[in-house]
Amino acid sequence: MTRIAVVVFPGSNCEYDALTGVESLGADAELVWHSTKDLSGFDGVILPGGFAHGDYLRPGALARFSPVMDAVARFAEDGGAVLGICNGFQVLTEAGLLPGALQKNAGLKFLCQPTTLTVTSTDSILTANATLGQELVIPINHFSGAYVCDDETLARLEGSGQIILRYVENPNGSRGNIAGLANERGNVVGLMPHPERAMSTLLGSADGRVLLESFVAPRVRA
Amino acid sequence: MNRPPQSLHRALGLSDDEFAQIEAVLGREPNDLELALYGVMWSEHCSYKSSRLHLRRLPTTGEHVLVGPGENAGVIDAGDGIAVAIRIESHNHPSAIEPYQGAATGVGGILRDVFTMGARPLAVMDPLFFGELSDARQRWLVEGVVSGISGYGNSVGVPTIGGELTFDECYSGNPLVNVLCVGALPTERLVLGIASGVGNLAVLLGSRTGRDGIGGVSVLASAGFSGEEGALDDAKRPSVQVGDPYEEKRLIEACLELLDRGYVLGIQDLGGAGLVCATSETAARGGVGMDVDVTAVPQREPGMVPYEIMTSESQERMLAIITPENLEAVREVCERWEVRATVVGHVVEPLIDDDGNEVGMLRIRDGFDGEVLAEVPARSLADEAPLYDRTRERPSSLDAVLDDDPSNEPVGSTNEDLLSLLVDPGWVYRQYDSQLFLNTVVGPGRDAALLRLAGPGLPVSTRGIALSTDSNPRWCALDPRLGTALTIYESVANLACVGATAKAVVNCLNFGNPEHPSVMWQLSEAIDGMADACSALGLPVIGGNVSLYNESGGVDIDPTPVVGLLGVLDHLVAPPPGWNWRAGDALVLVGVRRAVGERSFPLGGSRWATRRGRRGGRLSEIEVSTLRATIDFVVGEVAGICAGMASDVTAVHDVSGGGIAAALAEMVAVTSVGAQVAELDDFAELFSEFPGRFIVATGDLDAFATRAAAAGVPMVSLGTCGGERLVIGSTVDLSVDDIAATRRGALEAALSALS
Amino acid sequence: MNFLVVVEVTLRRGIADPEGATIERALPALGFSGVSNVQAGKSFRMNVEAENEDAALDKATALAERLLSNPVIEDAVARLAEVHAT
Repeated sequence: MTRIAVVVFPGSNCEYDALTGVESLGADAELVWHSTKDLSGFDGVILPGGFAHGDYLRPGALARFSPVMDAVARFAEDGGAVLGICNGFQVLTEAGLLPGALQKNAGLKFLCQPTTLTVTSTDSILTANATLGQELVIPINHFSGAYVCDDETLARLEGSGQIILRYVENPNGSRGNIAGLANERGNVVGLMPHPERAMSTLLGSADGRVLLESFVAPRVRA
Repeated sequence: MNRPPQSLHRALGLSDDEFAQIEAVLGREPNDLELALYGVMWSEHCSYKSSRLHLRRLPTTGEHVLVGPGENAGVIDAGDGIAVAIRIESHNHPSAIEPYQGAATGVGGILRDVFTMGARPLAVMDPLFFGELSDARQRWLVEGVVSGISGYGNSVGVPTIGGELTFDECYSGNPLVNVLCVGALPTERLVLGIASGVGNLAVLLGSRTGRDGIGGVSVLASAGFSGEEGALDDAKRPSVQVGDPYEEKRLIEACLELLDRGYVLGIQDLGGAGLVCATSETAARGGVGMDVDVTAVPQREPGMVPYEIMTSESQERMLAIITPENLEAVREVCERWEVRATVVGHVVEPLIDDDGNEVGMLRIRDGFDGEVLAEVPARSLADEAPLYDRTRERPSSLDAVLDDDPSNEPVGSTNEDLLSLLVDPGWVYRQYDSQLFLNTVVGPGRDAALLRLAGPGLPVSTRGIALSTDSNPRWCALDPRLGTALTIYESVANLACVGATAKAVVNCLNFGNPEHPSVMWQLSEAIDGMADACSALGLPVIGGNVSLYNESGGVDIDPTPVVGLLGVLDHLVAPPPGWNWRAGDALVLVGVRRAVGERSFPLGGSRWATRRGRRGGRLSEIEVSTLRATIDFVVGEVAGICAGMASDVTAVHDVSGGGIAAALAEMVAVTSVGAQVAELDDFAELFSEFPGRFIVATGDLDAFATRAAAAGVPMVSLGTCGGERLVIGSTVDLSVDDIAATRRGALEAALSALS
Repeated sequence: MNFLVVVEVTLRRGIADPEGATIERALPALGFSGVSNVQAGKSFRMNVEAENEDAALDKATALAERLLSNPVIEDAVARLAEVHAT
């Protein structure tokens, strides 16, 4: 069974939702406190949504200095699957594990709403089971979700298939309509939408399943 | 000190009679600190001294009620080993001064009331009332209040799943910000705010104590009163409390872990009147005494004096009663969550008075072994504030208002009237995280919110809970008694739309100045109306809040009793039908078609009449027995769908503000499919508002009609769904796109008017 | 020596600044004309213990670059506000 660590920073609030999401797909998931320095034995790590360290300073700015982040960096270096959802995506960019940064939404308002995403690359641990061009309805829930990067970075991301999910209608001013991206190896992924909130039609959408199914699927490390 | 002996108590808001009562309780003259403690605890805000006499008339019991009014939150048994805690409060006056922090700290306070009971807060709702948006100040208030709720609620990690949004000129000088929170707990974890066990410790958890929110007691700081070094004058005192959702989040997690581990005997949040309230209430409930060391309280600023420390309303603090043996373990848990934990009090033996009765004393000390700075019976602070039966009088001006019935109002342009009534609150609720915890089956903007009854640490269940907050100040201004009763019925109907059976009521009674006899009359009438409706439906009122003095420039707000209803659904595996009908479906009106008496389709107090500047008229009674049968029928239909059964019912919406016309238009806007509706009986029926009627769309009219007839529920066919227009006889003819676009853009357009 | 240092963090040139832009758009309606290039940012004040001014500024700049700002989108500038006697 795939073992997933869900990292809990003080101020995280989607940790149980992430845990429930991957457990519903048969994974063995465990909450891991941010002071943990060792992630060995896990097959994947999730940095969940929320407001780690209150989002004070900048979202993710203090969380990147939590002890667990060195372990996350090593885990990623070893080819382990790392998924940052929302605040987790912000932490990954602050930590330099993914390029670019996330800024306040163009409308300067928090946004909680469904969005339609297009799968633009399947070369990642999150989109491997999806099909290119597939449309997924998955909610967003953030204040700082506008992806920014310089022209050179954008060109590189475009060329290398690292942009894995784009908004059909851009809700927040993200550059290139980017909703989610991967590192070059495809084993570190961040996205602003919440796939764990789209796991059941009872709650409005089950389109997040294909993403988390990809993430928890047994795999040989890249 | 040279001051007239009587003036300090008056400055603290205590009457001469109250001062005399305090002297009688103590058998001596109180010192300044003691007087300050009585000043805050006997304030209207803390003691409900004007309303308590009347609140006793509400029904509060039921076999599923685990905790009724008087505790931090009401609690019911929802089944499957899960208890549900619910509470509603107002944060009106703070929000009028600083809308962001006023609303934010309102959210923080209500969460603490709920996790105090051992419950994990699962959802928040916010009924909001502002003046008209043509006024720039109102737009500033709306922006601030909504951002405050969003900023605090989203960050602390509790979804905001609904509320209400009302604009009326009566709130221009005094907005209302009410907030409701619901939480759930394994039934056996239920814990109360009781201090017990002599030798046990009172531990203050959370933020340090600052000079914020000292409010009324700040008169002590004025020259000549305090005589204590270090007290600040008014100008230097922060009047606005600032919330810290990050501290609150850690406080929630730490407290729930302490409760889970069984370390806590009693726990109470620090809200109004801060530490003096928490210590005196816990001691009074337990019948014990408590020694409090003011010097032990962690302080945010140097030089704070005892009355400041005892009455500060600094946010994000809790008081837990624990045994000394558990102190180290408690500290360990708190350290992990980075939550400050400090022993500030000891539970002590009660004294025995001359009559042999036990009297738990609250003693404020300068060090645990130090000088006693204040010593008063805890109960006298917490429970023995005077009760007032203030003068009540029905205003004689009301008759003329009732006689000005809008039934004679000329018809005008019905299409335009209908469009002007449509407001999609999406601009507000998109700013709220409404989905956290993966429970939200129906979120904001519908008849009622519907949640799965699930959460970390709860027993597994497929039950659902439904919540609705409702008010109708337009009705209550005309007839507070009937208006409040109709509000309850309306709320029960809202729950029915998502298949839930109402189980309990909480109320937030927002009224004007109780020293005005007309306001006391309104309050008393509203309470009677609530009692009437709750008794008729067998619903207990398990908690509430009274907010008085909502006035500005001597003008009171319209009576605004807000009710929060909690319903339960036994089996929730599929979403309720919602408002999305399909082309070809038959449309029916379920429930009694006409109100009782002279006016079958009353327009008094309707949104249609109010928009035309007609605020007078009479409400009509409704047939409660038919309403009950209708509600039961709709609950049965929808609950079956939620339980996974096949059904011909495709859409359900209750008829409320804006009448049948608005209900149909709202469904059109959401579903993007039009409808052809036959001419109604009367023009007034389009916009008439009274509860107990539902618009239902069905794919099999005959089957549905048979079931309604079998249940003895009246039903009339309205027309058919389909097409790209909403047509109602000869009165309404609008395109689906116009309806949807107008409704979607109404709020943003009103808010974006440049100031 | 103890120095009072102020660190200002602003968005880098070319990075969208919706907050600044919104403020700028609101100004004419409030009667303020001729105001342009409004930029939103953050300011931090701190007491820094150091041998001399340069060392204090170096320390503040280092911590500003590492923690207070995100170099991907923000610039940080440290300046001396006043000197405290220690």
